[in-house]
Amino acid sequence: MKHAFLDHHSRIDSPIHRLDAKAKIIVFFAFILVGVSSPPSSFSLFALLAVGLVTMTLVARLPLGHMMKKVLIVLPFIFFVALSVPFIRRDGGEPFAFCGLSVSRSGLLILWNALAKASLGVFSIILLYSTTTFPKLVKGMEQLHLPRVFTVLFSFMYRYSFILVDEVQRMKRARDSRCFGGAWLWQVRTIGHMVGTLFVRSYHRGERVYLAMLSRGYDGTMHVMDSDRFGKKEGVFLLWIPLLLFLRIILG
Amino acid sequence: MNSEKIVEIKHLSYTYPDGRPGLRDVDLDVFRHESVAILGPNGAGKSTLLYHLNGTLIGNGTVRILGMSVERGNLKEIRGRVGLVFQNPEDQLFCPTVFEDVAFGPVNMGLEKAEVERRVERALETMGLKGFEERSAHHLSEGEKKRVALATVLAMDSEILALDEPTDNLDPGGSRAFIEQIRRIPQTKVIVTHHLSLVMELCERAILMDEGRKIEDVPLEGLIGNRTLLESFSFDADLAQWMYERVKASRVINKSNK
Repeated sequence: MKHAFLDHHSRIDSPIHRLDAKAKIIVFFAFILVGVSSPPSSFSLFALLAVGLVTMTLVARLPLGHMMKKVLIVLPFIFFVALSVPFIRRDGGEPFAFCGLSVSRSGLLILWNALAKASLGVFSIILLYSTTTFPKLVKGMEQLHLPRVFTVLFSFMYRYSFILVDEVQRMKRARDSRCFGGAWLWQVRTIGHMVGTLFVRSYHRGERVYLAMLSRGYDGTMHVMDSDRFGKKEGVFLLWIPLLLFLRIILG
Repeated sequence: MNSEKIVEIKHLSYTYPDGRPGLRDVDLDVFRHESVAILGPNGAGKSTLLYHLNGTLIGNGTVRILGMSVERGNLKEIRGRVGLVFQNPEDQLFCPTVFEDVAFGPVNMGLEKAEVERRVERALETMGLKGFEERSAHHLSEGEKKRVALATVLAMDSEILALDEPTDNLDPGGSRAFIEQIRRIPQTKVIVTHHLSLVMELCERAILMDEGRKIEDVPLEGLIGNRTLLESFSFDADLAQWMYERVKASRVINKSNK
């Protein structure tokens, strides 16, 4: 089975795709940091950050609508967590009535703050992995000296997420071909068994993978070969950092 | 055969962690440049025996590889000498790219970067996978995965290849092509399989196993000629005979073409 849910866009050819992963990781995390650390009322800064991200999306020849949709997938979670804040907060400013409920102005600002920062952060991350293939992303993280445990974990997760999805699809087919249906409780039971089976299978696979690693001389440490490729273009791309800092200081 | 004995197994027994016996008093010798098939029904202990060749499993009895006894202290050395290819390539290929998977062994052996790159290039070329370096394993076909899996041990320059059901899950064409590629590799091979056609194409000798015991150790001609033995292992003796004649004939043709 073929999957493209993770690296669908990362193999497009564009100036941003061609950049070294390290530069992109640094810049996109700078976007997140600047966004998160700004006061909620710095609307113009948020707008400029958004413009910056959208510009890069266009330069990277990524479909803007598709990217927005991906951001929307994450937003409801934040929205529902933060939704109650305007109705609960009682300090700061005169509350006003909305549909018979009292709404606090500072609470509204918090809701906006959470939504704006979350969207910018999620947008940055989506842009990062849509412009960088996963292997390069992991390599970039390694070269930036992220703890090896994380990078190894990431690379295994990437490799085996596809196999897990295959496994789930096969189990679903096997289940549905035996006329799955019936009472709610029965369905839940079946799904529970499937989750359990998936866990046991993954566990066994983990053991076999470990044996395969041992067979090729694995001794507990992951060795990597360095391949640095930090050129002029990466240098230019890193100019985002002073620009972001400047905006943060002037507008934040 | 007068050449050097490079695998020497004596009185090897193994019990699975759950108490089931896996191997019972197995002896096996393999000589340099030999290709040996291990045949037998499911659960006969074929793979279990194979895993003992590089110390993935360690049982009771002696296993000597190239004169070295397989024990905890020298596993690194042994694993460099015996390349084990697992039945399921999904277990063997765990890196984000083909290059990294093939480089995994050589890098663990502590080789220089240039040497690692040279070995990866050579292993991929041997398996006809040039240009696959940056591909991800999940974007490969089953046949390509099998070839990458074999390349991962070829890159380690192992002297002995231990292959667990190499043609499992391959279509007839892919299976034939893969057998042809395995044949061209000069290393000593120990191959676990269910396919007599593979045995005839690649091996000079067959080990027949059942319930953890070695039942028979015969040269290929001896196996094909022994109707009772073949039938006791549920092989079709007539079909085997017919296939063997064909393989022999095609070898003669190949030789005369060369």
